[in-house]
Amino acid sequence: MLMVATGNKAVATAVKDARPVVVAAYPITPQTEIVEQIANFVESGEMEARYIPVESEHSSMAACIGAAATGVRAFTATSSHGLVYMCEMLHWAAGARLPIVMANANRALGPGWNIWAEHSDSLSMRDTGWLQVYVGSVQEAYDATLMAFRIAEHDDVLLPVMVNLDGFTLTHIMQQMETVELGDFLPPCTVPHAIDTANPGGYGTLTPPTEHFKFRWDIERAMRDSVGVIRETEAEFARRFGRQYAPVEEYRCEDADVVIVAMGTLGKEAEVAADVLRNEGIRAGSARIRWFRPFPAIDFGDADVVVIDRDYSFGSGGILAHELKAAGMAPYSVIAGIGGQEVTYDDIAGFVRNRIPGGEYWFGVSD
Amino acid sequence: MAEIPKEEYILRCTSACAGCSSSLVLRYILKAAGPDSVLVVPACCTSVIQGIYPNTAMNIPVYNVAFASAAAVASGMSAAFRSVGKKTNVICYAGDGGTVDIGIQALSGALERGTDFLYICYDNEAYSNTGMQRSGSTPLGAKTTTTPEGKRDAKKDLDRIVQAHNLPYMATACSAYPLDLYKKVQKALAIRGPTFIHILAPCPPGWRYPSEATIEMGKLAVKTGMWVLYEREYGKLSVTGASKGALAKPLPVGEYLTRQGRFKGIDAATIDYVQQSVRDNLARIAREVEGVC
Amino acid sequence: MYEIRLHSRGGQGGVTAAKMIAHAAILDGKYATASPFYGAERRGAAVVSFIRIDDAPIRIYSQIRNPDLVIVLDASVMETVDVLQGIKPGGTVLINSPHPVDMQGHAVSYVDLTAIALSLGLVIAGSPILNTPLVGAMAKLGLVSVESARLAIREAFGDERNVQAAEKAYEELKA
Repeated sequence: MLMVATGNKAVATAVKDARPVVVAAYPITPQTEIVEQIANFVESGEMEARYIPVESEHSSMAACIGAAATGVRAFTATSSHGLVYMCEMLHWAAGARLPIVMANANRALGPGWNIWAEHSDSLSMRDTGWLQVYVGSVQEAYDATLMAFRIAEHDDVLLPVMVNLDGFTLTHIMQQMETVELGDFLPPCTVPHAIDTANPGGYGTLTPPTEHFKFRWDIERAMRDSVGVIRETEAEFARRFGRQYAPVEEYRCEDADVVIVAMGTLGKEAEVAADVLRNEGIRAGSARIRWFRPFPAIDFGDADVVVIDRDYSFGSGGILAHELKAAGMAPYSVIAGIGGQEVTYDDIAGFVRNRIPGGEYWFGVSD
Repeated sequence: MAEIPKEEYILRCTSACAGCSSSLVLRYILKAAGPDSVLVVPACCTSVIQGIYPNTAMNIPVYNVAFASAAAVASGMSAAFRSVGKKTNVICYAGDGGTVDIGIQALSGALERGTDFLYICYDNEAYSNTGMQRSGSTPLGAKTTTTPEGKRDAKKDLDRIVQAHNLPYMATACSAYPLDLYKKVQKALAIRGPTFIHILAPCPPGWRYPSEATIEMGKLAVKTGMWVLYEREYGKLSVTGASKGALAKPLPVGEYLTRQGRFKGIDAATIDYVQQSVRDNLARIAREVEGVC
Repeated sequence: MYEIRLHSRGGQGGVTAAKMIAHAAILDGKYATASPFYGAERRGAAVVSFIRIDDAPIRIYSQIRNPDLVIVLDASVMETVDVLQGIKPGGTVLINSPHPVDMQGHAVSYVDLTAIALSLGLVIAGSPILNTPLVGAMAKLGLVSVESARLAIREAFGDERNVQAAEKAYEELKA
């Protein structure tokens, strides 16, 4: 069905279509519309889920853990301070191998109070064992949320998935969106280690140094296996519903002399910047990183790389830039879009024109 | 008298300290709850008592969770069980630190939302699992590793906080009176909605008394009126068991305090103050039972 | 790509107007986005929304700097906001006004949306509803089809007076 929806509405609609049993959530700008919408779906009977209006984000993730531990599908949504407040439980969810899906409206952290887009919130949670996908349109927010459930619940994965969408820029923009008839694309949720009182066991029991590392390795093994599950899920989604996705969305990269790497809406804006540069005779392309965890294998050959980080690791550098350096690249690291800082395709084209391989540039500061 | 089932849900050879009253009470709680139950346990002594992976001393599912999260995890678990038509008992079993301090927000939220679960706080009046640091539940004058001169603040009145949530059933209990506890657990689990039991659980290493005195210490707490056994059904208060006698004629609190190393060196003025607090509390309870307030 | 910047005051329905215009364009088979700029504004503050319409998927998320069309729902915002900032050469202005307004030589269309709303009794919490008649004015400008405008309005509001208001604005818009 064709709809006009915001990014938040897209996520809420996908959650409705995925039919979770429990949704536990707490409001926070700019995510609030997701939980309001879901609460309305539940109230009107369009969704059969239990909606638990918890008293904090720590508890929203805790409640999702409790629900998923019984083997049912669970969902929550948050943003920024809410996400970092539930940090402890993010580790717990992944460690307990629970296929929880969460939407995160990417937003800066205070002080001072800032409600606008930034990726520091989710990237500071990168080592929690969650899969992370960053979306670039309303349609993609819907599609990625649906796929997130299938990927998380896959027997080879059983890890939680965080769907990230830029606060306001994507959560509040209205675009067209096609919903799908899911059919059996999303099989019923099964958690093989779900609590069973007929077969009692200990969960999260005190684990000694001779054992703990084995569980951590299991998380990593699942993370590596998820690469194939993501590929298979995106291929199946394309086959059934006609929309193609990949861990990295490449645009005009084949013959590019310079590739712009970014995530979220800036990754879409970068495609327009590539067009602008091509019109000037600069062979530019854009590579939008969708899956940040597991981090995709990327190779741009001899092309220069300009990476835009909407985040920063203080005392070190842009977080996405680090991933590219780890892949053997010497990118031009641009820090832009912090706390909702306005960045246009013209600005991005400018970053490319002025690039210094291996250098770092803070938009609005370095000039 | 109720027949206590012979089935054991805590197997032999736990990692509990000698004379541990919290594992004793858990034995009775699980007998009352039966096998279709899940225990949600935040960081506390029970995290250790149940055994070390890959072993467990528990014969029901135990879900260990982060310190602040027990009541919230139980919220999700209960919602999920009820959604799929299961009546499985969801029981939080948390220490005093995980209840009155770090876990109180989640507890308050779960109570307010009408969560169908039983929350049990076993109160050994300190962070015992980490070696006896002060908690909000540590009583006035008690020495802990973080109150080396004795605690200067009074014990937080958890029950009145819980009571303010107007839940259908709440009770207190003490490890020295397991039958009283057993009946209260059965009663709580028969009620739909949030229920709560607060158990005083004396701790030999923490309170510094000989392990074999654990039952006696619990009885002294009740007989002096330092701890009152009661239940509150839909708001209505009734004093239970040994506290009925203590309400009329409590032993002096000194008989309880001076038996424990943690109160060593407590001065007469503090004892007097504690005695007066107990008197006031018993009077308040007596008035309520008589319907005066 | 056709880019529209809409100036209004918080509470006047500018966001919903942007949504309905984008929706109508989408119903016409085009691609469209509507994005309110969210600041810390409260009810009554000057606010701005952006609408883009194109034949291809829209990949731009930044604000519109050089609009083809500037819409002014509340003329009083012009006291504090330069609504013509960055307007394209040859760009046009649509203003909610009973009479023509000089816009530094830019082509101006005007229609009294407030009077239309009041005449039909379209008032919410004391404020006239300006956004549904605005969609009619957009149809008159040829940016969306009349039929799609009707559908988009009906999707947003059940009260048929909103469609009547749009039809009235369609008739009364003057260039």
